[in-house]
Amino acid sequence: MKIHEFQAKELFKQSGVSVLRHVVARTAEEAAAAYDELATPIVVIKAQIHAGGRGKGTVKEVPGQHGVQLVKSREEAAQVALNLLGNTLVTIQTGEEGKVVNQVLVEEGCDIARELYLGIVLDRAVQQPVLMCSTEGGVEIEKVADETPELIHKEHFDPSYGLQSYQVRKLCQRLGIEGSSVRTTDRFMKALCRLYVDSDCSLVEINPLVVTSEGDIIALDAKVSFDSNAMYRQKSIAEYRDLSEEEPTEVRAAEAGLSYIKLDGNIACLVNGAGLAMSTMDIIKLHGASPANFLDVGGGANKEQVTEAFRILLEDPNVKAVLVNIFGGIARCSTIAKAIVAASQEIGFEIPLVVRLEGTEVEEGRRILEESDVEIITATDLTDAASKVVAAIST
Amino acid sequence: MSILINESTKVVCQGITGNAGTFHTRGCRDYGTQMVAGVTPGKGGQDIDGIPVFDTVGDAVSATGANATMIFVPAAFTADAILEAVDAGIEVIAAITEGVPVLDMVRVYEIVRERNVALIGPNCPGLITPGECKIGIMPGYIHNKGSVGVMSRSGTLTYEAVWQTSNEGLGQSTCVGLGGDPIVGTSFIDLLKLYEEDEQTESIMMIGEIGGTAEEEAAAYVAEHVTKPVAAFIAGRTAPPGKRMGHAGAIISGGKGTAAEKIKALEAAGIEVAESPADMGAAVVRAIAKKA
Repeated sequence: MKIHEFQAKELFKQSGVSVLRHVVARTAEEAAAAYDELATPIVVIKAQIHAGGRGKGTVKEVPGQHGVQLVKSREEAAQVALNLLGNTLVTIQTGEEGKVVNQVLVEEGCDIARELYLGIVLDRAVQQPVLMCSTEGGVEIEKVADETPELIHKEHFDPSYGLQSYQVRKLCQRLGIEGSSVRTTDRFMKALCRLYVDSDCSLVEINPLVVTSEGDIIALDAKVSFDSNAMYRQKSIAEYRDLSEEEPTEVRAAEAGLSYIKLDGNIACLVNGAGLAMSTMDIIKLHGASPANFLDVGGGANKEQVTEAFRILLEDPNVKAVLVNIFGGIARCSTIAKAIVAASQEIGFEIPLVVRLEGTEVEEGRRILEESDVEIITATDLTDAASKVVAAIST
Repeated sequence: MSILINESTKVVCQGITGNAGTFHTRGCRDYGTQMVAGVTPGKGGQDIDGIPVFDTVGDAVSATGANATMIFVPAAFTADAILEAVDAGIEVIAAITEGVPVLDMVRVYEIVRERNVALIGPNCPGLITPGECKIGIMPGYIHNKGSVGVMSRSGTLTYEAVWQTSNEGLGQSTCVGLGGDPIVGTSFIDLLKLYEEDEQTESIMMIGEIGGTAEEEAAAYVAEHVTKPVAAFIAGRTAPPGKRMGHAGAIISGGKGTAAEKIKALEAAGIEVAESPADMGAAVVRAIAKKA
């Protein structure tokens, strides 16, 4: 689960991690008032969206307006806010559709001496959280990892014990942090690691992490995301969720107990099991067509779920055919077949429907499909299913 | 021989009185597994079809000599259930539950490793030694006793692979579902070691997917330590970056964990990679022919 920069900074503040003074503004007037309140000669206006690359991104409706801008007057603050709010910011991470900006962060200026990078992520290979930092702040960390990996320093830590001071001292040496700043960094890093564990984060990223000319350590940016599996025990964090930042059909599908990801092809898929669902997308591509979605209907797959799944799939105007691929383990093919027929009858299919069933009670399942009134193209194995659905959209 | 479980394995089901626990205990028992006990705190003294239910795993082990467990406990309590099983001396744990917070598993993993327990999962279908013992939710009938050691991050995709190898007349020695989470108890490398040492296993089938670096690490291990033929399939060539594709661990992040990278690493290690999911059984056949 992702959250906005301003929400991440709220969490940082609560955890004792230094951030600059800032105000969230939802109108141009609020932005102007914030400029006055902050009373620093330079103020930064930052669009709040669940994607990075805002600085280089541009507003569709106001070409030339970037997602992050320094302003020097209340009028400028208001104008920039006006250009951003309610408009669509397109960045390298949003895709062409971009994201609508509903709030901006108005932040005081700061005297930046150095820009560093700090991130905490789960190291899957080592099976422990790891704190990574680098002197190369303010640039894309993937680029640093590719070109100069020796500039990324890592310290793994046990979630129960947290980051230890000797680890902080090691990192400070690598980062060129000296003197009293080492103690500040010790508090800062430990607080972040504690936040990571206590809030069930999947990622905490500060890029850039700023060292001011006074030696203060400040999070200039803040990106935090969470382990969705843990949100049941993080009620206050779950409230940060911004549904307007999520794909509406994906949200709707999740509510129906379906796992759904929208893609941009024209063959819709309905499958039981995530690995099989990805493979179904893959085989469609191998046969020269393009999948419209990922959909894992899970082990249940009753009539209600299959009907809702079909509705969601068919609402996509790009979809020209539907491929159902079911390998029944616990789920019986006969049950799925009945659900498919009932759902098709309820919705009324106008495009080709190819169904491949295998596994438990497959003979019964195939019989139900053949004997139904609904026009269904049945397939035996994966290759047969893919060829038939691709052929169906070419006619 | 097979690996991890066989006809003498005695299995307890933690969470037996829940719907899923009861249903799958029966499924495993009907397959021929020795389902000797169940555990649900507070329900000790009951029984499911004559299988005694205990309050604790310790009690179940004392009474029955159970040495393996199948966990159907809700995600919020799964880590605790795993630790309880470890504490009671269980040797093989199949944690079926999906949705376990990943930081819970970080803590569990350390303990499991220390105590040398085989933890399969979480978020997995379980494991099966065809003809002898099934611990999990997979359909037993698609499996045949044979010589392919199967290991997979998926559920139904594994069944597809098993189905294809059975149709090739190959059969399986043991099939292990590693689980779809980013941190799981047993890795491809752990299983490669066991399959390489197992007399019954003559070839190995690996089913991976996007996310993480488990397949790349496995490839490096195969190049150095595995003499038996290995075939593989990687799901998710068409998955977009940054999106969780169902499984919590199936996500391409920071450009890492793509199918293309994994396939490259596997091929470099001499592993026969199936281009299509329809080709998995055939890939095993090719791998065997190449090494013959």
